[in-house]
Amino acid sequence: MSEEIQARFHHRYAGFTLDVDLQLPGKGVTALFGPSGCGKTTLLRCMAGLTRADQGQLTVNGEVWQDDEHWRPTHQRPLGYVFQEASLFAHLNVRRNLQYGQARVQKTERRIELGSVVELLGIAHLLERMPQGLSGGERQRVAIARALLTSPRLLLMDEPLAALDIARKMEFLPYLERLHDELDIPVVYVSHAPDEVARLADHIVLMQEGRTVAAGPLTETLARLDLPIHLGEDAGVVLRAVVVERDTAWHLARVEFPGGSLWVRDGGHAVGHAVRVRILARDVSIALAPVVGTSIQNCLPATVEQMAGDYHPALSLLRLRLGQSPLLARLTRRSAAALELESGKLVWVQIKAVALIG
Amino acid sequence: MSPDDFTAIALTAKLAALSTLLLLILGTPIAWWLARSRSSLRSVVGAVVTLPLVLPPAVLGFYLLVLMGPQGPVGHFTRWLGLGLLPFTFPGLVVASVIYSMPFVVQPLQQAFSALGERPLEAAATLRASPWDAFVTVALPLARPGFVTAAVLGFAHTVGEFGVVLMIGGNIPGKTQVLSMAIYNHVEALEYANAHWLASGMLVFSFAVLLLLYSRGWNRQP
Repeated sequence: MSEEIQARFHHRYAGFTLDVDLQLPGKGVTALFGPSGCGKTTLLRCMAGLTRADQGQLTVNGEVWQDDEHWRPTHQRPLGYVFQEASLFAHLNVRRNLQYGQARVQKTERRIELGSVVELLGIAHLLERMPQGLSGGERQRVAIARALLTSPRLLLMDEPLAALDIARKMEFLPYLERLHDELDIPVVYVSHAPDEVARLADHIVLMQEGRTVAAGPLTETLARLDLPIHLGEDAGVVLRAVVVERDTAWHLARVEFPGGSLWVRDGGHAVGHAVRVRILARDVSIALAPVVGTSIQNCLPATVEQMAGDYHPALSLLRLRLGQSPLLARLTRRSAAALELESGKLVWVQIKAVALIG
Repeated sequence: MSPDDFTAIALTAKLAALSTLLLLILGTPIAWWLARSRSSLRSVVGAVVTLPLVLPPAVLGFYLLVLMGPQGPVGHFTRWLGLGLLPFTFPGLVVASVIYSMPFVVQPLQQAFSALGERPLEAAATLRASPWDAFVTVALPLARPGFVTAAVLGFAHTVGEFGVVLMIGGNIPGKTQVLSMAIYNHVEALEYANAHWLASGMLVFSFAVLLLLYSRGWNRQP
């Protein structure tokens, strides 16, 4: 049985065409990322069978959900779906909302227990409440728990954080991370927020105008310079790292990634804990020799790999390599020329800011 | 009040209860279809169902009489079934009432179903509920205020009908003489005191019904 999801859809509606042919990994979190109106939600709805594409094939870990001859209606697909708005049933309390899907799955198929999901998402105190009395974040957590309790073999999430304000988002993200760490269910996650993708995704599919323009592992894909989607100020890389040292006197932690290590603000993680760090291209500067007398803590040797134009004619985007890890740097074309940067050149990168995420 | 008056009240209650039950059974699928179908027939069906709202009851009663009479197609059919003719019988009154009160039941139900939108049903489908399962366990409970409104309006409207009853039912005590007919008879006979009893009873009943509906917020969603 192949551990992957094959999705091919062609769907035309109201002046818009969705045309995708994707192979997604059968585990981990895949982010469908792109601007509003690029067809992310339509693709997700096609996968769920909520929208019937003109032509579509979908195979999930070896099981055909639809092709030219077969069509499984939504209620016969072992999936969980989380809508942008929680869409809880207003006539049922939280407990009965949670049990709605669970009761419709055969006992032998149930792999997820109510108690553990309730604890994972921190909703034990809400069980007897009605949905109307919950905050947006609470509702969304209940919606996710409800979807998980059908023991899905694929979890589809359509911008579950879009309806939340920043504070609620920050409060909510850790729950999604726990989900990612503790449950072995492939997730397809629709988002147009780079910070969510950086925190949660293992794999990313970039979409534009109904088509996929790039797909691959998060780190490598974000470091590509040839992407037609310009992330603008958000361009940067996400590296997987491990906490290796903590400097309690200065509240700093050293995290190691394949190709180097960085000092970051101590996020309270124990030594050995896996974390992600996000480094934006605008926070990386280049020097030809190690710099002394600078306030910048992180200064590492790297190799220039590729250069490309950026979203403004004065700027260029540079891809570098630190060991096995890629890095993006943004500088003006004039400085790139002055430093005579070219592919293969050895330089020193100074990293002004590193965001420790998760 | 005379024994005939009590008979008329009982008959009216029986007629209204039976009609309301039939209206909810027939009106629910019609309203569901009207609320959700994208068929081009939708506007035609909608207009036909709403017709009794604007048609003079005498016109409706007249056509029903013709249709259900010995020369009418419905009359032929009921006789072929061995049921005899419907006009001037209680079953005939029920059929006429159901048609006459249909818009009062279908419209609140249709509104309630439209207000639900697709989302709760889609959510139910992603939680493994078949369309029928979702209809029973999600759509019906969520549309409950619509059902209350529909039942109350259908019942009250049937209680109050006159023109259609006069045309179809005639005025046979114990068989087709309903409350409004009884009041009419009393007035004709200049028995104003009796008419007052029944009429004021109707007034109080109608007011109570509307008070109930308004205090519930009319067609408020849960």
